[in-house]
Amino acid sequence: MVLTAEPRNLASRYDVVIVGAGPAGMAAALGARDRGAARVLLVDREVEAGGILLQCIHAGFGLHAFDEEITGPEYAQRFFEQVLEQDVDVLTDGYVMDVASGGRVKLMSPSVGVTGVDAGAVVLAMGARERTRGAIRIPGDRPSGVMTAGLAQKLVNLDGYLPGRRAVILGSGDIGLIMARRLVLEGVEVVGVFELLSHPSGLTRNVVQCLDDFDIPLHLSTTVVGIHGRDRLERVTVAPVDDDRVPIMAKAWDVDCDTLLLSIGLIPDAELARTVGAQMDPLTGGPVVSGTMETTVPGVFAAGNVVHVNDLADWVSMEARVAGDGAGALATGARRPEQDIRLLPGDNVAYVVPHTISSDRPHTVSFRVRRPIHGPTLLRLSDVHQRKVRAVVPAEMVTLKVAPRLLEGFHGDVLRVDAIPATDDRAGEDPS
Amino acid sequence: MTAVPEPFDVAGAGLHDPREPGAEVTTHAYLCTGCPLGCRLEVDARDGDVLEVRGFSCRRGERYGRQEHVDPRRPLSTTVWVEGATIRRVPVRTAEPIPKAQVVTVAEALRGLRIRAPVRRGDVVLADALGTGTDVIVTRDLDRVAG
Repeated sequence: MVLTAEPRNLASRYDVVIVGAGPAGMAAALGARDRGAARVLLVDREVEAGGILLQCIHAGFGLHAFDEEITGPEYAQRFFEQVLEQDVDVLTDGYVMDVASGGRVKLMSPSVGVTGVDAGAVVLAMGARERTRGAIRIPGDRPSGVMTAGLAQKLVNLDGYLPGRRAVILGSGDIGLIMARRLVLEGVEVVGVFELLSHPSGLTRNVVQCLDDFDIPLHLSTTVVGIHGRDRLERVTVAPVDDDRVPIMAKAWDVDCDTLLLSIGLIPDAELARTVGAQMDPLTGGPVVSGTMETTVPGVFAAGNVVHVNDLADWVSMEARVAGDGAGALATGARRPEQDIRLLPGDNVAYVVPHTISSDRPHTVSFRVRRPIHGPTLLRLSDVHQRKVRAVVPAEMVTLKVAPRLLEGFHGDVLRVDAIPATDDRAGEDPS
Repeated sequence: MTAVPEPFDVAGAGLHDPREPGAEVTTHAYLCTGCPLGCRLEVDARDGDVLEVRGFSCRRGERYGRQEHVDPRRPLSTTVWVEGATIRRVPVRTAEPIPKAQVVTVAEALRGLRIRAPVRRGDVVLADALGTGTDVIVTRDLDRVAG
């Protein structure tokens, strides 16, 4: 089965319309169907469903969703098969322009032109996009050969082009690490990976299996401070940084290369959320969401990387099931649970999703730490709930599962989420 | 608990008990790549025999530690040229992890390969890749398109 569906005659009304058919959108569609939404429409701007999974040809997907490790395309195809089995309408090569109040979804595609469908609820599942050179303002020339790691991934894995012959990678995010290995396997020389921070941004296992396995050097606390080349990139200047992340120019050196890949982070692709007037969270760059993943615009839900950047597609799909469930429930007339408990990031917590929860159902609270703690760490939800983990790093999202019984009697309260060393006196734990 | 070979289990080898003093027990550190958790493993070994694996948090991790010390293997994912489809490369992977030392050479062998759409997930593009005993299979369906 191929990941496209013939555009059928679109119905004029759907219970749930989902924007984006990646790991979030497909799971949201299944969640909505499970909750009894009869008519579900999945729209994607690409010619195939699957989203970024299609270019993520490496293994590492599915350990949670399918209990086995598979590649991105396999993960996409399995989800898509379920989506079609569930009789979800799929419109690929389609673009959602706006969601008007009252749930009128304005969209366009070559097959249906510009049109509108009415939706009982909408799920935003547009994912994230990559930060570019402009976001970190590297000085120097503007030659070709400088691109984001994800774009290089698309060129190599889908389009069949190599980005160059000798590459430098800036940023040790997972996409950059994966691309370092990918380029080596396609015969490109990878000179090194440079990371501004003193610790890798990606998963440790990717440092091991993508860099160490291929003897690719990782330069921590080092960044690119200059780009040189008239038409094509010829070399970059790199320099170590001090504790305040200021480059030490006296110690800078040049690295010859014709390609510079940037793996410097993702930002939620949340334009549509802004357009519809959803309140945004400056900490995540995505919309503020409730425990059912509903934004502040009634009937508009959001899930996955458009809400906050996850490290695993499996987490995205799980979260999107919640959104699909919420959207399906609302569209079929269920009452919205009262979201009267606010969650706030506390000690060493960069952000928390969702932003509010209700005491009527279990919740999975996701968050990211600001600083690594290399030892037993207490993840704490005020004095309601806590969990001890072996260590935390900013690269790895952490979760707390909160059972409804823990929230009994909490109404209108604010709960803080902290990530602190478990040896901390306040934790009442023995040092171990 | 980790399985320690019985003292008399090797035919003709006489007494060989890895628990007895003799060869030195060495401890080796590995990072499990079995899942995103990335457990830090410690493997005690003597004469190439793994005595104990520590630091894992699931059975996959313990297996990884034993395997990694004796015969490190990696899954390989890459692409091969495909004609007659909407995209120019079709993603492939080894059906099972292959010896780490052969990852690059198998990838090189696949670089010269050209196949034609349609292909189906699971189709074998290279059987018994370079004698590893592992097939290289396609990981997605691609239809044939006109032109």
